[in-house]
Amino acid sequence: MTLIHFLLLLFLIVCAFFVGRTKDLLSAVIVFSAYSLTMALLWQQLASPDVAITEAAIGAGVTTLLLFAAISRTRRME
Amino acid sequence: MSDIIVQVVTRMMIPYLQLYGLYIILFGHNSPGGGFAGGTVIASSLILYVLAFGIDNEELRLSGSVARIVESCGALAYVGIGLAGILLGANFLSNHSAGFPLGIPGRVFSGGTIVLLTVSIGLKVASTMITLFTNVAEKEGEGE
Repeated sequence: MTLIHFLLLLFLIVCAFFVGRTKDLLSAVIVFSAYSLTMALLWQQLASPDVAITEAAIGAGVTTLLLFAAISRTRRME
Repeated sequence: MSDIIVQVVTRMMIPYLQLYGLYIILFGHNSPGGGFAGGTVIASSLILYVLAFGIDNEELRLSGSVARIVESCGALAYVGIGLAGILLGANFLSNHSAGFPLGIPGRVFSGGTIVLLTVSIGLKVASTMITLFTNVAEKEGEGE
């Protein structure tokens, strides 16, 4: 457990906390994208690059776009 | 929505994104990746193109019928490759025991039918992602 793992895990927990707490859904989606990117880095550090590629493509890419499209069809504030 | 910076950066990035997606698909049996991850990379590049150059432009985006045909072709190719194993006298999706050549390990064309299977999965996943996005993003009353 090096320092960079600790910082990444701390950032992950902070992101997960704020996704649930914020009332602005657009901010929540952006923070969720940062969460997915951190999760991809952590998967790579856990020696599973296959899951890391899929997490970066699905979590940080397509899910963010789909949630943006859903927000553009509905309200921005919770 | 037409931003010149977004359009120029998109035009520069899309070839590299699609080349990376193709690399992930074609080297799925040798290195990390596969049909699912590469298909989503290709789909996100096409979604980025649609987002940068106008989502209301009907000529740009892959239309629903084309995406549906590509999606069905991907699924049918997977099942067809699986049934080829049965026709050659082995189990469903059997590879070397059905007589497919394995090739030299580490090359692109090795591992028998696995390359064809990942390519068909990539086609299906990419067209499914594009269909999902266009279904969610298009305006009311334009649905098919």
